[in-house]
Parts: sequence; C-alpha cells; structure tokens
Amino acid sequence: MTMSTDPWVWLAALLSLFIFSYLYKDNPLFKFAEHLFTGLSVGYLIVIYYNNIVRSYLLNPVLADHRWVLLVPFAIGLLYLFRFIPKLSHLMLIPIAITLGIWNGIALPLTIEADIIRQMQGTMINTSMFRNPWDPYTGLAVGILIAVGVICTITYFFFSREHKGALKVSAHIGIWFVMIGFGASFGYTVMARVSLLIGRLQFMFTEWIHLIK
Amino acid sequence: MTRATGPIALALLLALAGPLGAAPAPPGDARAYDTPDDQGGSITVEWRLSPDDAGTRLAGYEVHRAAGDTGRFQPVGQVPRGNTAYNDGEAADGIDYRYRVAAVDADGAASAPAEAGPARAREQWFKAGKANVLVATALFVAMVLVFLERARRGRLFIRRLAGLDAVEEAVGRATEMGRPILYCLGIGLLDYISTLAALNILGQVARKTAEYGTPLVVPTCEPIVHTVAREVVKESYAAKGRPDLFSDDMVYFVTSDQMGYAAALSGIMARERPATNLFMGYYAAEALVLAESGAATGAIQIAGTDQITQLPFFITACDFTLMGEELYAASAYLSQEPLLVGTIKAQDFGKVLIILLVAVGSLAALAFRSDVFSGWFGIK
Repeated sequence: MTMSTDPWVWLAALLSLFIFSYLYKDNPLFKFAEHLFTGLSVGYLIVIYYNNIVRSYLLNPVLADHRWVLLVPFAIGLLYLFRFIPKLSHLMLIPIAITLGIWNGIALPLTIEADIIRQMQGTMINTSMFRNPWDPYTGLAVGILIAVGVICTITYFFFSREHKGALKVSAHIGIWFVMIGFGASFGYTVMARVSLLIGRLQFMFTEWIHLIK
Repeated sequence: MTRATGPIALALLLALAGPLGAAPAPPGDARAYDTPDDQGGSITVEWRLSPDDAGTRLAGYEVHRAAGDTGRFQPVGQVPRGNTAYNDGEAADGIDYRYRVAAVDADGAASAPAEAGPARAREQWFKAGKANVLVATALFVAMVLVFLERARRGRLFIRRLAGLDAVEEAVGRATEMGRPILYCLGIGLLDYISTLAALNILGQVARKTAEYGTPLVVPTCEPIVHTVAREVVKESYAAKGRPDLFSDDMVYFVTSDQMGYAAALSGIMARERPATNLFMGYYAAEALVLAESGAATGAIQIAGTDQITQLPFFITACDFTLMGEELYAASAYLSQEPLLVGTIKAQDFGKVLIILLVAVGSLAALAFRSDVFSGWFGIK
C-alpha cells in the first residue's frame, strides 16, 4: 500500500482525523483543529467579503465605471460603525431600518403568494382528483388526507385559544401529521449526512492512503 | 367502372386531397395586442388555425412585423403548427406595429397572410393576475393594524407554550448548578424574522439571568446580530438593576462561517459545560452538530426555529422545541410588545380564514364537482 506524498493531502487528512477524534471525547487534537478552523474561517470570509462584496459592488463600479451613486448606500452602510460612538450609536438604526423595510416589502407579497395562496391551491380538493379514469377515488382520498392534515396542523399553531375540546383533538391530529413529516425529513437528511461522511472517507482512502484505486 | 366514372373519381380524389403544390390555406382572424401584465416590450399576436393545420402538410406559422404605417414587413418568428399565438418580445414601447401571420408548409410555401394590428407595447403598473396577492396582503396588513390597536388598548390572550415554562426551569437549573447558560442565536442575519424573535427571547432570558445572577454566554455568528445582541443583553441587565453583572465578554463574536461556528460552539459546550443550551433563531446544517454536541454534555436544551428542515434534529436532540411559529409566539408572549402580539393575533385570524376557505372550496368541489370556488385561487 502506498501513501500520498502530497503534504496538503496529509494535512487535510490529519485535520479530518483530529475532528473525528471528538467522537471519542474532547482532546487537544480536536481543540487544535477546531481553533484552526474557526480562525481560518474568519480570515477566509474577510477575503471573500472583500472580493465578492466590497470590490464587486463598490470599488469596481465606482472607480472603473464611475457609478458615484453607489457611494450613497456605502455611506448608509458606514452608519453601522457609529455603534462605537455611544452618543451617536442610534444612527446605526438607519441602515437596519432600511434593510428591514426593503426586505419586508419584498418578502411579504412573495410569502403570501408562495406560502399561503399557492399552498391553499394545493390543499383544496378539486375536480381534477376525479379525473383519473382508472382510480378516481385514490386521488380523492389523498386529497382529503392532505386537506385534513393541513387544517389540523394549522389548528395546532393557533395561539389565541387554549387547546381544549375540539381544538385539542384537532391539534393532536395535527401534531401527528407534523411528526410524521419530520420523521421523513429526518431520514432524508441523515442519508445526505452519511453521504458527506462517505465523501470524506473516500478522500482519505483514495487520495491519502490509496486503499481505493 | 364505366368510361365516364373514371375522370369523376379522379377529380373527387384531387378535391379531397387539396390542390397539389398549392400554398396552404391562410390562418384567420389575426389580432395583435399589448401583452397584458408585463413590463412592456412585448406584443402578443393571435390567430385562428389554418384549415390545413389538421393535416400533416403544414409546418407552422411565420410571423412578420412592420413598424408604423409605412415600414417594411420583416420576419420576427415562427411557431409550429397547432399554435395560435406568438409573443413578440422584441417590440419597442410606444411604437405601432403591424403583423402578418402566414401558414407555411414543409416545402416552404406560404399562405396568404392574415393581417393584425396596429398594436403598441407598453408597461403595466398593475399586474391583474396578482390581484389575489394584493387583496391577501392588504387584508393581512389591515388585520395586523386592527389587532395592533387592540393590543395597545389592553392585553390580548396568547396561550402559554410548554417550551416557555421550560425556559424558566432551565434558568433555575443553571442557577442551582452554578453553571452558565449558553444562548445561541443561529446563523441568520438581523433581517430574518426568526433572528428578531430570538433576540426578543434573549432579552427575556437575560433579565432572568440578571435577576438570579446566572452566568450567560452568547457566542454570535453574524457581526450585526452580534452588535444588537450585546445591546439587548446590556439593556436587560440594566433594566433589572444589575448593570454591574454585565460584561462585554458575555456576548462575543466567533465567526461568520457556518461550520466554523458549529465547531467552536461544540468546543465551548464540551469545555464550559453549560447547564442549559438555548438554540433560537435561524439554523441550517449546523443544527444537528450543535444539538448533538449539547446533548452529549447532558445540558438541558431548548430550541426554537422556523426552519422546517432543521426542526427534526432539534426535536430529537433537545428537551423542548419551539416549532416554527411557536418561536414568534414565544417572543410575543414574553415581551408582550403590542406589535408582536398584534401580529400573532392577526396570523391566527388569517389561519381561521384559510381553514374556512379550504373547507368551503373543498366541499364545493365534492358536492357540486365544480371548481368555481377553488378556481378563484388559480386551480385549472
């Protein structure tokens, strides 16, 4: 069995093993890898932010294309720094308010359309469910199941009344639907995470110790 | 066959097959109009199918365009047979265009054109197809305003959530054990609603820790959230008359990198051994790493997020989980801010409305086999 002679592969493989060592218990090797990773990520992100945001959205358009208007949002962004001047720290509320206002303006109609109206469309039982010439009632049964699930789940998230009487029954049914959904989601994501582990093991067995050719 | 019937049959066959080598029959009733609900630059041309469209002879339709009254017709596009419309997305706003639509066969022979226009493209300010969104948005905003006003006048009822009792118990447990409370705000930006809710809950938790003198640790992932979180904790300690217990080191920035943050928090949980871990806000793939690392230390864990894909992990690894809107409700319940309470009440009102609409629409479909009602929502 031959092993890699590339020092970067060795470094990557050893750091992976250091991180895996946390599965046993906290130890100096994990601490080293953790601190290295955290520190590197800060430095790396500073470079990414500079390249992807400061240079792409400010320096290049202003200095090369002379789009001076971009200095206005830049100045508004600088107001965040007034946090360090206690007497003027309230000025940082301006960029926060602008960001929240714009975000809400964009998000509200999109959310209402995508998360409410479209979902209602999908939930309502409609005549297309009867159109399957071979099995019209399966489509109908699934439609009814979805409608009941949605209505009961909504009642679980109703906060203006205590869960008593009919509301309690409905909320209980709703939480069953929610948990079944979460169970499916859990299994799906665990599979995705296992594939991440397989990817890391493949790297070590293929690139590092060449166990897999 | 007699001598006389031969030519008649041949003539009949030719008549049925159509004139050999002749141009196809033209499309009918062509019309051109500004494409509705768009931002301009587009004209729609429609026509009735050519009588030859039913056979295999026709290749499609060719659309020509001329600007103004005197412009020359130029081809702008073609569509296969069976189509009755063409969208000219190259039209300039404010110019009159005339169109000609001709049926074209496989050999390239074109029919006499059907003429349409003039038509002028222009931008629409209102998208009629989104009227239902406008109505729903206006209704929701109106409901928020109504309930906001009612919340300002007096306390509105919001049921207490089990997870909130757990928060108080968890603070008490940490106090008894003399160990810190770790409050994690997730990786969301300040403009995420879940981050705002998490900051509200942080304020209430900080008041409790100030009251009991329990150590509080808030490692943050996002610089602006970090700034606000520090102010929130500081204000809470001041409000409880214990500004002396607050220190800047309670709220510290770790990294903006998702997994770097998760790795750092795993280490903090393993070494500082907080008695209680609170995970509130926006989470992504790091949720499972955080929740599992915390569970391994034996801490009480309470989570709250609106990220549906991460909730299963929190439910599995935490003692209590505020699911989705419960996070907002918890924030409103604890703070009793009229704006938050009013919003929760408006949402509840909206939920009742949704249930009624879904139920009535579905019953109408079942009883009458008609989608008249659900059709309002776009079901075809």
